[in-house]
Order: sequence, then C-alpha cells, then structure tokens
Amino acid sequence: MNDDKLIIGGREFHSRFILGSGKYSLNLIEAAVKDAGAEIITLAVRRANTKEEENILDFIPEGVTLLPNTSGARTAEEAVRIARLARELGCGDFVKVEIMRDTKYLLPDNQETIRATEILAKEGFIVMPYMYPDLQVARDLASAGAATIMPLASPIGSNKGLATKDFIQILIDEIDLPIIVDAGIGKPSQACEAMEMGAAAIMANTALATAGDLPMMASAFRQAIEAGRKAYLAGLGRVLTRGASASDPLTGFLRD
Amino acid sequence: MVKINGKQLDLAGKPLEKYLESAGYDPKRIAVERNGAILPKARYSETILSDGDEIEIVSFVGGG
Repeated sequence: MNDDKLIIGGREFHSRFILGSGKYSLNLIEAAVKDAGAEIITLAVRRANTKEEENILDFIPEGVTLLPNTSGARTAEEAVRIARLARELGCGDFVKVEIMRDTKYLLPDNQETIRATEILAKEGFIVMPYMYPDLQVARDLASAGAATIMPLASPIGSNKGLATKDFIQILIDEIDLPIIVDAGIGKPSQACEAMEMGAAAIMANTALATAGDLPMMASAFRQAIEAGRKAYLAGLGRVLTRGASASDPLTGFLRD
Repeated sequence: MVKINGKQLDLAGKPLEKYLESAGYDPKRIAVERNGAILPKARYSETILSDGDEIEIVSFVGGG
C-alpha cells in the first residue's frame, strides 16, 4: 500500500481524499486537514474584503496542495479568468474547472467545461474538470488535456451519494486518467463504495461541513477511503447471480 | 471615476498601490485584474488609475 500513489500533473500524492474548505469555520481547517490526512484542499476565488483580518491561507497547514476552483463561472471565458487570477495569487498551477449555468440543480455545463479545459491546459495549468458523468465528454476532456476527470455522484451539496454510479463505473473502466468522484458523496460508506469501484480519489465538502463533528467525520471518511482503496487493490470477491456457496466444508461429520 | 470591485470611486489619476494600502489590502494575499487582464504584482507600484478603469481585487476563500 505504501507505494500506492495518486499521480496528478506529475505530482505524487498518498492521500486519496480531497478536502473542500467551504461552509465551515476557518478555525476547523487545520483539524480537518489533519484528521482527513488530506494533501489537497480546494478553495474558491472571490472579491477580497478590505482590511481583511483573516485569510484562509493562514489556516492551511504547509505542504498541502491548493486546488482553486472556478465556481461562479458560467462560461469557459469566466472560468479561464478565475483560473488566471488564482494562479496570480501565487499558489500553483492546479485548477478545478467548475462551470454552472443552472442555478437550481447546480449541474456542470459539460460543453463549456471542455472549452475551458482546452484553453487552460494549453496555458500550462493542471486541469481537473468537474463534470456530469458522460463518456463522450470525458473522452473530449482527456483529449483537451485534463489531468483528471471529476464526475459528480449526485447534485452538489445534496449528500445523496452515488446516484450516477453506473456511469462513473463506465468512466473508471474506459478513461485512462484518475477518476475523482466529486459532489454529492454524503457518507463514508458511499466514499468507500466509490473507491471499491476503482475511483482514484474522493472529493468531499458538504458531508463534512454539515456533520455533527467535522474533524471526526473527516477521520471517518479517511478510513472509509483507505478501506475502499485497499478492497479495490485486493480485488473484490465474486458475486453469484443465483444460488449459494457454503463457506464451511460440507462433509466430515454427521453425513458422509 | 474608477470601478473597483463593483463600486464607483473617485480615484482617477491616483496610484493603485496607494489605494491598496489605504484600503487595507495585504498585497501578498490578493490578485488584481485591470480591465479584464491580470495586473502582475510587480506593476502595482507604477500603475496610475485612469478614468473608466475597471479593477477587480480578489483573494482565496473557502470553497469546494
């Protein structure tokens, strides 16, 4: 397990848990990162407040890779603009492309996401596009230069789990890039299931932000993700379509 | 007038760096866009705001 690495944009990671930083107190970030064992944390870019006393960067432990998102963008151009500003903030080349025009269900716009991915990859960004799980789109994102594919499990912030399970499995089976399940994962068991399927990593935010004890939930997710990864590497036992198969010897006592 | 983060301010002809300082921004924690293009930090000191400029000043916040 020790040499089991997640490689994104040439960088090696041992954690397969990407942590969101939204909707909770800055004071909890350090504990969340530590208990999650996270090596990557997402951030958003917004208009800066004047005379700001607290900046999120002061709360993120050193050595953690920052993954700015392009939330708020409704078009490829807006996403590109946000990504460039994020890079100018001086924290690396990673960007999670997130483009939504739909304000009710907050579903990603796959076509604009492909366009933004192509532009940003050409500019040298390590592009991690958030998308609705569709095989053709995932192939286009891969050709556009995406470093990973981040399909949604269910609507963002819903904690509803793997509603798109079968389609994420198709991406895992067909796309030669890390598939990182993002959005909608609400419980550790769902994160574990996605990892058992062969997902490369899990991204979660709301599941933790709305939990009773955030750092404890971060730790629960970490264990579930590690268990799921281990199960995937071990190779799951087979499933019988019908009938049964005893685990005990059927002979040797009482009957011959 | 200069539009900074959506607000019209009477800053035409004034140095950007002075404004950033007086408004209390930490230059290490912000990125600045002038009329849609990134303004590199090294150019803050030489930039004089012009009438009609649109300036965006952003920083990182929590997000998924």
